[in-house]
Amino acid sequence: MGKHYLPNLPQKEEMLREIGFSSIDDLFSDVPEGMIKEFNLPEGRSEYEVFTELNEVLSKNRTVLEMPSFLGAGTYFHYVPAHIKYLIERSEFLTSYTPYQPEVSQGMLQALFEYQSMMAELYGLPIVNSSMYDWGTAIAEAALMTARLHRGKRKRFVIPKALSPEKKAVIRTYTRGANLEIVEVPWDENGHLDIEQLKEESKDSAGVYVEMSNFFGLVEENVREIGEVAHDSGAYFVVGADPTMLGVFEAPGELGADIAVGEASFLGSPMNFGGPRAGVFAVRNDRTLIRQMPGRIIGMTKDANGKRAFVMTLQTREQHIRRAKATSNICSNEALVAVASAIHLATLGPKGLRELGEVILKNTSYLKRHLSEVAEIPFEGLYFKDVPTKFEIPYDVIHERLLERGIHGGYYLGRHFPELGETALFSATETTRKEWVEGLLKALREIINEAEV
Amino acid sequence: MFRQAKWDEPLIFELSKPGRVGYTLPKPIEDINIEIPEKLRRKSRLDLPELSEPEIVKHYTRLSEMNYGVDSGIYPLGSCTMKYNPKINEEVADHPGVAYIHPYQDERTIQGALRIMWELEQWLKEITGMDRFTLQPAAGANGEFTGVSIIRAYHLDRGETQRDEILVPDSAHGTNPASAAMAGFKVVEIPSNENGTVDLEALESAVSERTAGLMLTNPNTLGIFEDEIVEIAEIIHRAGGLLYYDGANLNAVLGKVRPGDMGFDIVHLNLHKTFSTPHGGGGPGSGPVGVKDFLKDFLPVPLVDYDGEHYYLDYDVPKSIGKVKELYGNFAVIVRALTYLKIMGRESLREASEIAVLNANYLTKKLKGTRGYELPGKELRKHETVFSAEPMKKETGVRALDVAKRLLDFGMHAPTIYFPLIVHEALMIEPTETVSKEELDAYVDVLKGISEEAYSNPEIIKSAPHNTAIRRVDDVLAAKKPIISWRMYRELKEKGEIDY
Repeated sequence: MGKHYLPNLPQKEEMLREIGFSSIDDLFSDVPEGMIKEFNLPEGRSEYEVFTELNEVLSKNRTVLEMPSFLGAGTYFHYVPAHIKYLIERSEFLTSYTPYQPEVSQGMLQALFEYQSMMAELYGLPIVNSSMYDWGTAIAEAALMTARLHRGKRKRFVIPKALSPEKKAVIRTYTRGANLEIVEVPWDENGHLDIEQLKEESKDSAGVYVEMSNFFGLVEENVREIGEVAHDSGAYFVVGADPTMLGVFEAPGELGADIAVGEASFLGSPMNFGGPRAGVFAVRNDRTLIRQMPGRIIGMTKDANGKRAFVMTLQTREQHIRRAKATSNICSNEALVAVASAIHLATLGPKGLRELGEVILKNTSYLKRHLSEVAEIPFEGLYFKDVPTKFEIPYDVIHERLLERGIHGGYYLGRHFPELGETALFSATETTRKEWVEGLLKALREIINEAEV
Repeated sequence: MFRQAKWDEPLIFELSKPGRVGYTLPKPIEDINIEIPEKLRRKSRLDLPELSEPEIVKHYTRLSEMNYGVDSGIYPLGSCTMKYNPKINEEVADHPGVAYIHPYQDERTIQGALRIMWELEQWLKEITGMDRFTLQPAAGANGEFTGVSIIRAYHLDRGETQRDEILVPDSAHGTNPASAAMAGFKVVEIPSNENGTVDLEALESAVSERTAGLMLTNPNTLGIFEDEIVEIAEIIHRAGGLLYYDGANLNAVLGKVRPGDMGFDIVHLNLHKTFSTPHGGGGPGSGPVGVKDFLKDFLPVPLVDYDGEHYYLDYDVPKSIGKVKELYGNFAVIVRALTYLKIMGRESLREASEIAVLNANYLTKKLKGTRGYELPGKELRKHETVFSAEPMKKETGVRALDVAKRLLDFGMHAPTIYFPLIVHEALMIEPTETVSKEELDAYVDVLKGISEEAYSNPEIIKSAPHNTAIRRVDDVLAAKKPIISWRMYRELKEKGEIDY
């Protein structure tokens, strides 16, 4: 049924004749005998039929619009202002390729330059690429980059134990080829990165990675000190930050980061079941660092008339030129997701970003206080978005009973962090509502009471 | 005559007016004071623009008008398969059941999403002749890395630790050697023969007990079908290596030939090329990877399975390489690709590749013989064709780059240029099946016109483009004096080091 996408289908015979072929088979005469087959695939259907079918399938999903959800753990329900979607769906943006021809692609190039510029402001580092696939691959690329900067003489990369299992898995897969040893530094009794342990583990390491709020949502108080430990041992300091916290919290660049990474899709994009996303990747203005950077970079220059223009630049790092010696294999990135985050940042401005961070902090604190009435919060401290909550009854029971009541509980930590027991991460953002939290509390009290009886 | 919009649009920072507001935010549930430790509170400058919503909308609308997409006109970038992106894909992907679901939701609440992933896998299996797919990779190169990591894991699992070489033809995409190197392999380049296909003798002499695999795209980057693919597969398999299919060029054989039947063991696809999802100015894409049965235990986790009643995420993949991206893949892209496949169906998928091949050959025949362009390799092409502007350069000084820039003046996108590397002054043209005969004729006419200009008035080409938002970009200056952000620009401007 895809004939409506194929303008030349009715002219097929005419075109074949015009170029001296008698049939389509002639065009495939170079394919070995017997290799062309009839595929066992369904017949095409009309737009209407496919639309209604997939609509029905997608309606089987229960969305966070119809079910209060306290899931976070690295993916968050943020509201995306309506104009952002309209703008990135302008078909000149949506249907364009990587801007290989800058003269007809100034729109996308300038939008990406502005993305780089806004992220440079947020992260306090002036050199930002035009996106990685996601935060996880951005950390992994940073790990590989620190090893290259040490010319392969240092093969250790230090990460916090309190890091998302998704990110850990990506880092391990990405760094296997370069034979990096990934070392995990545990948290101390306050839940923060254990600095004494770090001093041991960072020796001879290529890089040290820390996040401004760890996987448990706990704001890391000692970022600057961790950076000093890293630098004292000759390691590069890589800092991860959720961009929605950077209106309130100090920029990674100001805290000593050589490289900063983060997740751009927390701004401007819905959750989309986890993808697409876009990884932020920023570095200090240092030629050595820039030369080893992965990904596409948009630069400002002039055109032949001396007019300001934008173009992909510093491409000698990239795969299409350096091939096996490239700094990364990345080609397609997440440009449109990056532009969406830039539009969101332009929408918020400095004041809005600060306000967003404050609302999230306040809502997280509200959620935490209520949860602490019925469960234990393992660590004292300041939380951003996620709150670890430890129960005395198995979490799967709580999850099940909450779901029966139409509430989606948090993310169970026990599978990856068994030492935390029956703990789950409950999360809040600016979208969290008072009645959700009240409903959650009421449900939790009932569930805990039932279990005690 | 084509004239692109020229807005002289300032940077969004330059449009900023203190106090303007573009947002609304919900109030906090409770307006309590949160103490932020002094050493963590933001004190550094945060120079974000301040604008109202209408100003933001105008800014980006103007920028979009200075951007060329598939919807603007012919976009025959070789190896990029810039086919039309059906609007129904967007309509389906707009469902709240895509945007508003969290990846860690209880499986009972995301049956629709899992079913979509599972269904897409069934289509891709039949299309490629593979037995199992992961939809996790975010793009083609991410898929390549997945594939070569599987090759590495497979050999290590068999104790064949000496297999540390990946072979790639000299016509390969740059991502192939880069992905192989990232996975820890040495890269060995195999020369092409005079037909532009893999040189069997060279391949024969390159394989050894160190060979881990060969990465190949078929048809190759010249648009030529590797007609000795059966022999190639035999050489690689006899040497103990695996055969990897780069799906960048699948559009040539979609619905007709399956990589699995050619002898390939691993395949990556590009949903943003072959399966019509929009490329968004560089991404998001999606690069699913399929493998033959004997490699399925190495795939990234989780896989999506179906027990006859429910769809579920399967983390029980014993020898999995782990994860190549967070979570499950670019779901919003996956939804679009499935929409496309369901509408196309068996017959139109085959027709799509037939027309794509017809269009490329039509263009080849029509352009061949034009002064200044020559056609290296065999004449019969698949979905794309590569001309060389080497004669034109020698005779007039007009390079492939100039030809590309001049095309822009006519409201047509340039082909891929200077690739594949084995062709000098390459113009790599992939029209796809969604352009009309009239557009092809017009494209050929313009290329012929450029040839005439080259021999009569080369300056007009060398100074092209003339009708675009800006004139030819100085990319040397961009690299010599990097300005990567507003912050850098502001500093250089204050120092008086730049005048733009």
